Amino acid sequence: MVSKWIKRLYTSCIFIFLYAPIVVLIAFSFNDAKTTAKWEGFTLKWYQSLFQNDYIMKSLYYTVVIAILAAVLSTIIGTFAAFGIHYMKHWRQKFVLNINAIPILNPDLVTGVSLMTLFVWLNMSLGFFTMLIAHMTFCIPYVVLSVLPKLKQMPTDVLEAAMDLGATPWDAFRKVIIPEITPGIISGALIAFTLSIDDFVISFFTTGNGVSNLSIAIYSMAKRGIKPEINALSTLMFITILILLLIINKRTSNFEEL
Amino acid sequence: MKKPTIKHFTTLALVVLIMTLISGCAKADDQVVLNVYNWGDYIDEDILDTFESETGIKVNYETFATNEEMYTKIKRGGTQYDIAIPSDYMIEKMIAEDMLEPIDLSKIPNYANIDDQFKNLAFDPDNAYSVPYFWGTVGIIYNTHLIEEEIDSWDVLWDEKYKDRFTMIDSQRDSIMVALKKLGYSMNTRSLEELNAAKEALIEQKPLVLAYAGDNVKDMLISEETAMAVVWSGEASTVIQEYDYFKYALPKEGSNKWFDNVVIPKGAEHVDAAHQFIDFLCRGDIGYLNADYVGYATCNTETMKLLDPALMGTTYAYPDKALLENFEVFLDPGDFVEAYDRAWTEIKAN
Repeated sequence: MVSKWIKRLYTSCIFIFLYAPIVVLIAFSFNDAKTTAKWEGFTLKWYQSLFQNDYIMKSLYYTVVIAILAAVLSTIIGTFAAFGIHYMKHWRQKFVLNINAIPILNPDLVTGVSLMTLFVWLNMSLGFFTMLIAHMTFCIPYVVLSVLPKLKQMPTDVLEAAMDLGATPWDAFRKVIIPEITPGIISGALIAFTLSIDDFVISFFTTGNGVSNLSIAIYSMAKRGIKPEINALSTLMFITILILLLIINKRTSNFEEL
Repeated sequence: MKKPTIKHFTTLALVVLIMTLISGCAKADDQVVLNVYNWGDYIDEDILDTFESETGIKVNYETFATNEEMYTKIKRGGTQYDIAIPSDYMIEKMIAEDMLEPIDLSKIPNYANIDDQFKNLAFDPDNAYSVPYFWGTVGIIYNTHLIEEEIDSWDVLWDEKYKDRFTMIDSQRDSIMVALKKLGYSMNTRSLEELNAAKEALIEQKPLVLAYAGDNVKDMLISEETAMAVVWSGEASTVIQEYDYFKYALPKEGSNKWFDNVVIPKGAEHVDAAHQFIDFLCRGDIGYLNADYVGYATCNTETMKLLDPALMGTTYAYPDKALLENFEVFLDPGDFVEAYDRAWTEIKAN
């Protein structure tokens, strides 16, 4: 009895710890004051001014577009890379895997500065495409790492069996291997998407000329104080993600029932 | 159930890719796009729309959080900003490093609106590279409900009775400035001895300091977590206009008087449009909208006529000149910046 009670207390403590800041943030997005110090009454005006704020909306647009593109492109590249790595011989596989791990272990700052130096050296104008390339660079290794275990779990002979039964290599890849490793691909894509939305340091160094994502826009408000519009935006993003998760959960449970 | 997910992803990727390509092409026509690089939340963004509809020039707006950040972005290349808005000492540094395009004042008729006291300042003595945007001071804001006495000196920040009741400013040169000024030195000192004395003073003060606060200082003041704080005048102005029991003091030993000016970085593609934009910012009515939104003090005489007369003479917006007698403007310390860095690290680590 007691241990059950302790378990519950412990779990709720963890959830309070994780979600209290978000609850406070959501509450203050309805506060009728410029600061979060005092509750001055209920208002929806920050939501209204959020949608009228071109700069924040443009940053949101870039954040989402870059995150989707980076997630999709790095998932495609990363999946093929993982497939290649999986069929490599021992020492080469180890070697390539180590190379793959370096961008993960590298501090963001080093990645950001070196990418910026590279782009400037190549005479590329910093902006949307340089930021996209940078995001793909740090997303690909994570996709590789999430797809590779699924390939390892796959029975070695399914590919051969498929081809024995007359499938072309491409058909075998598409119809046999891809369905086997889909969970790995999806989690890789989700990791890539989240990393891209989260990133500040690398984006900061690799963008310019009027293209900035949300993290840069929010950070640059630091001197004057974060505006309540950002609370409103975070609330909307939180709710969107919550709804998406609910839909996904519902669909997977329906799928299992079938 | 599984295959469509992959298909969905791929289709989505293609759609987004095509969309970006299309929007990329749309920009490629003759439209002039002006890249503007400014502090975060430091302009009334509605005036950008006004500028676009009046001139047909499109504004591409981007923000930064510190002078150093902006400097790095422009110095390293790969970017083309037509307008940037750095502070005093950074302008001096950029002029010295030949990073700025000279400004042709004959193309800026509204420059006549700028008050003479903001021209020919030490960081740009001939007004060749910069046009004033906003200015302000660093001072002490305090809650009159919690602090009875009238504050007029940095000395209160070393007074035992205010232990844990005030915050310093989390900005290297501004904090060291407080100590230098309290000791009667210039805040642009290049003497290691004076800098060390200031460092010792700040280390001695540290047990009394509640925090070195950043942008959360306004919240701390309003929620009465702290009774007093060293702040930029614009922050004080925001707080005081909502909660009138706060007061802003300009210390008699002097303090920092700072300027943020508009410049055109070297390599700007649209120098003419940049001049047009600067002229637009110097217009009285535009300056008014901007000053009203941002809350800092304008350098524009036409704008001042439009502002609420109650603001004139307030310490936090347009103080009496007599109060600013000992105030200084930051100069670029050159190589001596390393000594400042070291002192600051020692203060923060102690």
